[in-house]
Amino acid sequence: MTTVLDRSKAHSESDVQQWLRMYRQMLMIRLFEEQVNDLYTRALMPGLAHLYTGQEAVAVGICEALRLDDYITSTHRGHGHCLAKGAQLGAMFAELLGKEAGYCKGKGGSMHIADPDTGNLGANAIVGGSAGIATGAAFSAKRLNTGQVAVCFFGDGAMGQGLLYEVMNMAALWTLPVIYVCENNLYNEYTHNSETLAGDMLTRAVGFGVPGERIDGQEVRKVYATAKTMVARVRAGAGPAFLVCDTYRFHGHHVGDINREYYRSKQEEQQWKTERDPVKLMLDWLTTEKVANRAQLDQIQNEVKAEVEKAVQFAMAAPYPAVDRVAQDVYA
Amino acid sequence: MNMVQALNSAMDVMLERDPNVVVFGEDVGYFGGVFRCTEGLQKKYGEHRVFDTPIAEGGIVATAIGMGANGLRPVVEIQFADYIYPAFDQIVSELARLRYRSGGQYWSPITIRSPCGGGIRGGQTHSQSPEAIFAHVCGLKTVMPSTPFDAKGLLIAAIEADDPIIFLEPKRLYNGPFEGDPKQPAVGWNTHPAGEVPDGHYTIPIGKANTVRTGSDLTILAYGTMVHVAGAAAQQTGVNAEIIDIRTIAPLDVDTIAASVCRTGRCVIVHEATRFGGYGGELSAIVQEECFWNLEAPILRVCGWDTPYPHAQEWDYFPGPQRVAKAIRQVMGC
Ligand SMILES: Cc1ncc(C[n+]2csc(CCOP(=O)(O)OP(=O)(O)O)c2C)c(N)n1
Ligand SMILES: [Mg+2]
Repeated sequence: MTTVLDRSKAHSESDVQQWLRMYRQMLMIRLFEEQVNDLYTRALMPGLAHLYTGQEAVAVGICEALRLDDYITSTHRGHGHCLAKGAQLGAMFAELLGKEAGYCKGKGGSMHIADPDTGNLGANAIVGGSAGIATGAAFSAKRLNTGQVAVCFFGDGAMGQGLLYEVMNMAALWTLPVIYVCENNLYNEYTHNSETLAGDMLTRAVGFGVPGERIDGQEVRKVYATAKTMVARVRAGAGPAFLVCDTYRFHGHHVGDINREYYRSKQEEQQWKTERDPVKLMLDWLTTEKVANRAQLDQIQNEVKAEVEKAVQFAMAAPYPAVDRVAQDVYA
Repeated sequence: MNMVQALNSAMDVMLERDPNVVVFGEDVGYFGGVFRCTEGLQKKYGEHRVFDTPIAEGGIVATAIGMGANGLRPVVEIQFADYIYPAFDQIVSELARLRYRSGGQYWSPITIRSPCGGGIRGGQTHSQSPEAIFAHVCGLKTVMPSTPFDAKGLLIAAIEADDPIIFLEPKRLYNGPFEGDPKQPAVGWNTHPAGEVPDGHYTIPIGKANTVRTGSDLTILAYGTMVHVAGAAAQQTGVNAEIIDIRTIAPLDVDTIAASVCRTGRCVIVHEATRFGGYGGELSAIVQEECFWNLEAPILRVCGWDTPYPHAQEWDYFPGPQRVAKAIRQVMGC
């Protein structure tokens, strides 16, 4: 990381490093997803592509508060969570393209990236599908006394699935170190959540005795600060917690979802993009606070861009798994 | 009509004819369904009859069961067959057995529509063919059309039936027939005779197979997308094959199948789903029981691999015309 010049205020060096790291991570996710959009549109990518663009501050703010060996589970919109937890760009792209060099040997694709090295128990195409896996991981951490916590990311749509409440009840009963993070981007695919959610999200958890908090998910420093306190409490043995982050996806539900006026207005999208873009908000703050100057921020941008491009090239050139490997890993 | 329009028309006809019909599921209301099968229906019949649900497959089926047992005729959509499993307990433990366990006092005439099958680059959670799992459950009927004409007639029959029906729609056929070669340009239903779909009410009986090609040398049993793949394979080999579109997985039209195989003496079974424990095993057993003394060669199955649906190797997994043709030649001994 480049050293920081031109600071008018006294920011500690470690704060500065952390802010720039979070900015860089968000930018990386943003540029990664731009490439995914391109690969998918050019029909180079099998499966579906649900872009995380617009929600970067949630994954980055929360994963910044986690240890490398803490667990996460992710969703169909999972690229951001995987990258924020430390996944490598090249193996990510390779997985999306179905290549042998991918995280899951090309067998999982966009919605199933899993990486034990970074505590990533896996993205999950089934809405709500990973709530139990995260809760069980938290149980094992408690039982084995490892001090790990588990973070279960899911969308507002998953609040409809019964499994979530079954395991939340267990987590509360058994005082498990798990944090349920709901990314409330207002939509379940093409349906606004006013059509699908009754009552108040937070009080659902409160009913189980699980403390809940609802925050602006576009401000990465706010997300981080909240997560930090929450993670510390959960790690110390206070039992599960629930966090709702209000956010917005900038693109369609998946890459093919182009004409969206049917279910959400251009004006609404425009407003989020211009006023609530997490990457831009952080960039503006870094500049206003004089944490970094223009040249430094440009340099970060150029570095990330180059890394992403290199990773795409690597993945494009990588071979597909041999056809006779297809039956591998069905059983032990 | 394409298959989407045909299905839409079937629901339209039934919503119009029977005030007890209600249609619901994820995104089916104002959006009109991810494949547009319910487009316009909410506008036409109102939010109390065509509506959106939370993402809660267990809850969708569970409430439909209660509605069905108390006078309504629900048609629910599970967005992809790959997402039906959260509802599996309700389907197996409640829906399928309600009539039996209440000694015929209660039943729930619901139709569960769900797109199935691969060939759309959907990866493992947008490609599965779970028909054998439902065929195994007593008390359910399981249907899979292969054309728009059949889709509409079968769906109306399903909605009118007093039994619970799992109605699986091969999504690769929504917009046109597909013979299994992804490199061929896509064709629509407009030039296919089964794309001619009447606007009004008609039914196709549940429990009747359809002989889509007559022949004397060999019988191919297929359903859904594989009916079209089998046609292409038969063409390719030049073998005079009879092709039977099973159409209703359960109850099965054993008579049509047995008569055909007893005549041809040879049988190839084709399905997209995995092989082990697949529906082809049941078909094979029935053919063996009914036609053993007429068989001239072992029955062969052409199926998906015994793996989850692969992400990148779709066209290796998919039992395309080459694999079917190979089986045809093998059974013919040529
Ligand atoms: C069990 C299940 N049902 C349905 C789907 C289809 N589906 C994929 S994403 C999605 C909407 C999810 O909404 P939300 O949880 O809010 O996440 P978002 O897409 O907004 O990030 C649906 C219904 C699924 N993947 N799994
Ligand atoms: Mg959402």
